[in-house]
Amino acid sequence: MTVASSSPPSHLPPRDVEETAPKRRSVGKRERDGGGSGDGALAALFIGPALLGFLVFLFWPTLRGIYLSFTRFNLLTPAEWVGLDNYRRMVKDPIFWDSLKVTVEYVFINIGVQTVSALAIAVLLQRLTQSAVLRGVVLTPYLMSNVVAGIVWLWMLDTQLGIGNEIIAGLGFDRIPFLADETWAIPTIALINVWRHVGYTALLLFAGLQAIPNDMYEAAKVDGASEWRMFWRITMPLLRPVLAVVLIMTVIGSFQVFDTVAVTTNGGPANATNVLQFYIYGSAFGRFQFGYASAMSVALLVVLSAITILQYRLTRAGRTDLG
Amino acid sequence: MSAVTATTTKVRPERRRPSPGKVLAWTVTAAMVLITLLPFYWILRTALSSNTALAAHPGDVLPVDPTTGGFERALGLQSTEEAIAQGGSGGGLKFWRYLLNSVIVSTLITVCQILFSAMAAYAFARLRWRGRDTVFGLFLAGLMVPTIFTLLPNFVLIKQLGLLDSLLGISLPTMFMTPFAVFFLRQFFMNVPREVEEAALLDGAGKIRIFFRVMLPMASSPVLTLGVLTYITSWNDYFWPLMVSYSDSSRVLTVALAIFRAQTPQTGYDWSGLMAATLIAALPMLVLFGFFARRIVSTISFTGIK
Repeated sequence: MTVASSSPPSHLPPRDVEETAPKRRSVGKRERDGGGSGDGALAALFIGPALLGFLVFLFWPTLRGIYLSFTRFNLLTPAEWVGLDNYRRMVKDPIFWDSLKVTVEYVFINIGVQTVSALAIAVLLQRLTQSAVLRGVVLTPYLMSNVVAGIVWLWMLDTQLGIGNEIIAGLGFDRIPFLADETWAIPTIALINVWRHVGYTALLLFAGLQAIPNDMYEAAKVDGASEWRMFWRITMPLLRPVLAVVLIMTVIGSFQVFDTVAVTTNGGPANATNVLQFYIYGSAFGRFQFGYASAMSVALLVVLSAITILQYRLTRAGRTDLG
Repeated sequence: MSAVTATTTKVRPERRRPSPGKVLAWTVTAAMVLITLLPFYWILRTALSSNTALAAHPGDVLPVDPTTGGFERALGLQSTEEAIAQGGSGGGLKFWRYLLNSVIVSTLITVCQILFSAMAAYAFARLRWRGRDTVFGLFLAGLMVPTIFTLLPNFVLIKQLGLLDSLLGISLPTMFMTPFAVFFLRQFFMNVPREVEEAALLDGAGKIRIFFRVMLPMASSPVLTLGVLTYITSWNDYFWPLMVSYSDSSRVLTVALAIFRAQTPQTGYDWSGLMAATLIAALPMLVLFGFFARRIVSTISFTGIK
């Protein structure tokens, strides 16, 4: 393999006919916009399938989704342009605002509990035990679908037969109708999804913790610092950029909650769990108002884009070692 | 004293009386493991019990009146009368069929998505072509679009293509790429030393061959991790298949489970059958993860698969 690296490209076998352009030796230097047509034909072959999929199933649907939000469209007759009608209706629609409120409440509880728990788990995995088995255990709920998680907890939290309420009743308290009560339903669904996702989030944070040199903790220990103090003085400041990225990711995921609601409460009781995505789905497939559903999707897109932009503003200073 | 402990290498924690903080930390860890794993045991315990016994003994730790009736109902092995007698709905569910559908969809999506994304990643990382940076910027913008936003327009598109209620229709949107997969693999290809590639070039290998024989094997760990996570994600997807399929021919496990849950008989839920069905739906992923757990857990040091 020790061939002189100065051998000219003409030594290459004729199979590489794509290499028509004179081969640049400026390895590693970035030229403008990909550096000419060095591997044109070959690149087309390599990028082709992915680019096709991107244009047909991501780029075009995004534009179309925005277009549909300005139309009246029931799927059977062609879409009819109605300008801002859908948006006017949305602003006046009390159910829309209510579902936005419900979604925000869900996101707050879900993200609040999940972030604190994931951080605690990640720190335990870092400072208390290095067990790889435990890391695997933490990830197991992530292997379930939201549908499975929803159904299992629906059973465990059943008012009459669920083990959760058996324990509560055994302790002498009143049974709680977790998923059938307007006040309890959203927090319960938020916690079910924490159960499913917290392990994955914890592992992402754990990856960030791995980047913190152990010497720092050792040195602090010699100085007599407690674990609690080390957490606030070493772990938190150094993990902040990673935490910010993970937080944004989970917030964006959290806003799109749908599956768990669909299999546990179906939006009820009395619209108490009618999260935005559920309302959008009902508008499109229950009432065939695809235009209105698209307008609400655009609203959600705007909210999520705002969150992403905010994140870039906040974390531009600190480059992360993730991603 | 502290000077002595400081010089001992950290092979294991000090073996003295554990501090209150340590006791608390272990207690929290134990509680966390319990909450994580209890539902799995409860699925099994319920699936092996009979519905009548479940109603009579809701708090028993072991299966009550052990029976395989739940599994028989989930797999459609019981006659309608028998199922209704045991607290089932008698609604016909063909779980073997849904299991097969889930396998087909997840395999199709994973194999194609990883291959095409890897090819695109290689083109971005190692090939020089006009417009590369523009196309890359476009993909970058694609990362910003939440998956859920494209579902409605994609539904309209799949309907126009006449692919509703087909396994291909379910697979198509994520079959070619996800921006994340392309970025993730590009990171790894960028880190492969150029010397390796140049040496292969001088040995007379073409770039196509280099991609399959040199680059892919060198990135085998991330490719495998991404593959398993993609498989799990598509296996667990519910919203999109729910939109696209409406008959047995294209129904996947998640959608079938939700339907099973909605078919509540007069007597109340068929919890035993339902838990047997969730176990059937979840077990393949647990087994898959069991095979690759070590590698996956150690490679999750990146952001972004939802």
